[in-house]
Amino acid sequence: MNKTDQPLIFEISKSGRIGYSLPELDVHKVDVADILPTSYIRQEEPDLPEVSELDIMRHYTALSKRNHGVDSGFYPLGSCTMKYNPKINEDVARLEGFRHIHPLQDEETVQGSLELMYDLQEHLKEITGMDEVTLQPAAGAHGEWTGLMMIRAYHEARSDYKRTKVIIPDSAHGTNPASATIAGFDTITVKSNEQGLVDLEDLRRVAGEDTAALMLTNPNTLGLFEENILEIAEIIHQVGGKLYYDGANLNAVLSKARPGDMGFDVVHLNLHKTFTGPHGGGGPGSGPVGVKKELIPYLPKPVLTKKDGIFVWDEDRPHSIGRVKPYYGNFGILVRAYTYIRSMGPDGLKAVSENAVINANYMMRKLAPYYELPYDRHCKHEFVLSGKRQKKLGVRTLDIAKRLLDFGFHPPTIYFPLNVEECLMIEPTETESKETLDSFIEAMIQIAKEAEEQPEIVQEAPHTTVIRRLDETAAARKPILRFKRS
Amino acid sequence: MKHRYLPMTETDQQEMLKAIGVESVDELFRDIPEKVRFQGEYNIKKASPESTLKKELTQLSRRNANTKEYISFLGAGVYDHYIPAIVDHVLSRSEFYTAYTPYQPEISQGELQAIFEFQTMICELTGMDVANSSMYDGATALAEAALLSAAQTRRNKVLISSAVHPESKEVLKTYAKGRRLEVVEIAATEGTTDVQELANQIDSNTAAVIVQYPNFLGRVEPLVELADIAHSEKAMFVVSANPLALGVLEPPGKFGADIVVGDCQPFGIPAAFGGPHCGYFAVTEKLMRKIPGRLVGQTVDEDGKRGFVLTLQAREQHIRRDKATSNICSNQALNALAASVAMTALGKKGLREMAEQNVQKAYYAKKQLQKNGAIVAFDGPSFNEFVIRLNKPVKDVNKRLFQKKIIGGYDLGKMDSMLQNHMLIAVTELRTKEEIDLLVKELGGL
Repeated sequence: MNKTDQPLIFEISKSGRIGYSLPELDVHKVDVADILPTSYIRQEEPDLPEVSELDIMRHYTALSKRNHGVDSGFYPLGSCTMKYNPKINEDVARLEGFRHIHPLQDEETVQGSLELMYDLQEHLKEITGMDEVTLQPAAGAHGEWTGLMMIRAYHEARSDYKRTKVIIPDSAHGTNPASATIAGFDTITVKSNEQGLVDLEDLRRVAGEDTAALMLTNPNTLGLFEENILEIAEIIHQVGGKLYYDGANLNAVLSKARPGDMGFDVVHLNLHKTFTGPHGGGGPGSGPVGVKKELIPYLPKPVLTKKDGIFVWDEDRPHSIGRVKPYYGNFGILVRAYTYIRSMGPDGLKAVSENAVINANYMMRKLAPYYELPYDRHCKHEFVLSGKRQKKLGVRTLDIAKRLLDFGFHPPTIYFPLNVEECLMIEPTETESKETLDSFIEAMIQIAKEAEEQPEIVQEAPHTTVIRRLDETAAARKPILRFKRS
Repeated sequence: MKHRYLPMTETDQQEMLKAIGVESVDELFRDIPEKVRFQGEYNIKKASPESTLKKELTQLSRRNANTKEYISFLGAGVYDHYIPAIVDHVLSRSEFYTAYTPYQPEISQGELQAIFEFQTMICELTGMDVANSSMYDGATALAEAALLSAAQTRRNKVLISSAVHPESKEVLKTYAKGRRLEVVEIAATEGTTDVQELANQIDSNTAAVIVQYPNFLGRVEPLVELADIAHSEKAMFVVSANPLALGVLEPPGKFGADIVVGDCQPFGIPAAFGGPHCGYFAVTEKLMRKIPGRLVGQTVDEDGKRGFVLTLQAREQHIRRDKATSNICSNQALNALAASVAMTALGKKGLREMAEQNVQKAYYAKKQLQKNGAIVAFDGPSFNEFVIRLNKPVKDVNKRLFQKKIIGGYDLGKMDSMLQNHMLIAVTELRTKEEIDLLVKELGGL
């Protein structure tokens, strides 16, 4: 990592430098004041940087050296599936015929894109066991909201207006309750039992005729498969609710269990997780949604269909919830995910979940002697540890995470799920080698020892990063959210 | 199963299974009830080797007519602009594209600083105090602006100009249904929002007045008058602005906008069949703690060194859950980076020059078409788009143009049956005089 501070791009700006190349205006020039009303012509120039092309490249190269990605090193961030991002995906997404096409071109002129999307839908239908798929949602949370809007439309179409509640486990991702609110529902929490699974008794208690849906991640955020899934589905379906599958953890069960077969009515996938569209420093993602037959009428429009061998958009969808995004989704990410699925094939995808699950269980068993293991059973693609033991020694989970930085690792997800004290949530993924896992395990063991013998090393970590722990309280109390020239 | 993305060897597997204490992989999946356990393999296409797949997908991509081989006059929210070569080189630094949300600031200073710079540039362009780290796209940003307005004012009616992008209006209506907001469209007469009708429709239950600048028909909206009406009832004034146009047009912040949203696609982001693009969201300081999405703030580390962190997270879904201001989690960070690099490359001077070239070239095209007998509808001050009325369906005209390697303008009849035979033409800085003259000639012959 680059230890030298990198000034802001505004601070290296120098009046008179340029970093662009535009052709000379080749049409007759008219005074702008003759075209636009004078009071709407910009008077004060925005303070954008003035730098040369090399300045720009050096600036961003320096910034990139102050950033950790999957290509830099291990990134076991639980529930985020930080797997390798194949390079052919990037090359394919950059083909002129995919990159430089306009979404409003006539359908006949974009049949290549439509065919790719159609075939991706077919693949995702088979992978999820659902009857139809929309590729429109931009990310996982967007898919959740889209799915819930469809469920609401389904109930309302049956004049069933009393279904105002969405049931969500206490271990769920924060996006679940947030999406439920935006879709116009109230949320009820269902507790986890001692095994870390949905408490069936509590579920029976909260489920009723006001239940619109239950949102479930399976395996859940503890990395545990909800083995009572059939009973759960029955409880929800019996009261007339729908079952929603949060696909964040699909990587664990590829070729092993399909949401459609488990009784789920609606599913969203995170193509940037399971299907390697890169995470991009926070996005763009892609969140396709699959549904069972009876929800097909409510899919966002337009719906991609095939008519006499030609792919066309069907806009005539009277029961559709409407559009959730302009155009047809994050096409560039769809191209990457499709390329990945085609690179893996059926046997490859099966090996993905198997290897991901082996990796997670291996790490869990190796670390169990050193950290509290709250749920001692086979996990799926991820597992949680608790830093309770270390906390008693004055070392918090946050400290452990920061100490991992000194070993060159991205820490696991911490303090989530909320139902585990001092939680560390570890997801190795299938693309990491045993050697990498072993070196991470060794680091974790060393940190556990340090917590006992020299806790200050952990408490004061990190020691090797470009910057030390940052004052987040000050950042929130007096926010500085932009650069201003003094 | 051997695959270049899967490093586990058979020996590894044996050793690891042993350490776990199981005999076979299957044991690890026994918690999946037999009844739902998937047997066998997916019925999908077999794995394709790299070179074969590359060839197949390249051929598939060639079945699309791309705007580098065709001369495009199609805009309507997505534009063919100059993308500095450097943009993709920065984006290809995998420290950026293989990272996730910068939760661990000590090893994410690069991304955090890049976002901080992006936020600054958006504030500069829009004339607003605070900008977030990005939204999915301009349309969902607009919808979120309506939700924010409703939450802030505790009102549930949203007035939107009918001259806003039709797909943004549709997205807004879907979001509005979710939060049970009423959406009322204000007509656009003569090509801009009808100020009188807005004055008639606004009331004490109006949360927001939403307009687009320049609007969907290419025209510059009278923001001064519109803002006055919005504020007369204490509604939020929301402007969806093309950020490139703000290189030559006064920023909405100057006219009292409360929220400014839009899409950064004109800055370094290819059309890519409609996405991913990059929404932006900017507000006044008053709304800072209500803004959706990630925010990066400046602070100091234990040694007093400047650094950057995600901040004001108490607004967000991972903290506030069902009380969050929005459900957004993943955003468009990599495309915000693309936009930052493009804005940096353009800089102060390039931005103005590029924006003015759009104005000049569109104006030239409009005048040449008029000279050649075309009828310009809703004529008036515009940025890089304008409308012409044809004497036959746009679809037919576009078919003919396509044969001449021209992608014609947007068929406005698709959004409004009153606008049959009306074509929205976009002329960006990339269209040469020769190309414009060709369009004029071909349209004249039709």
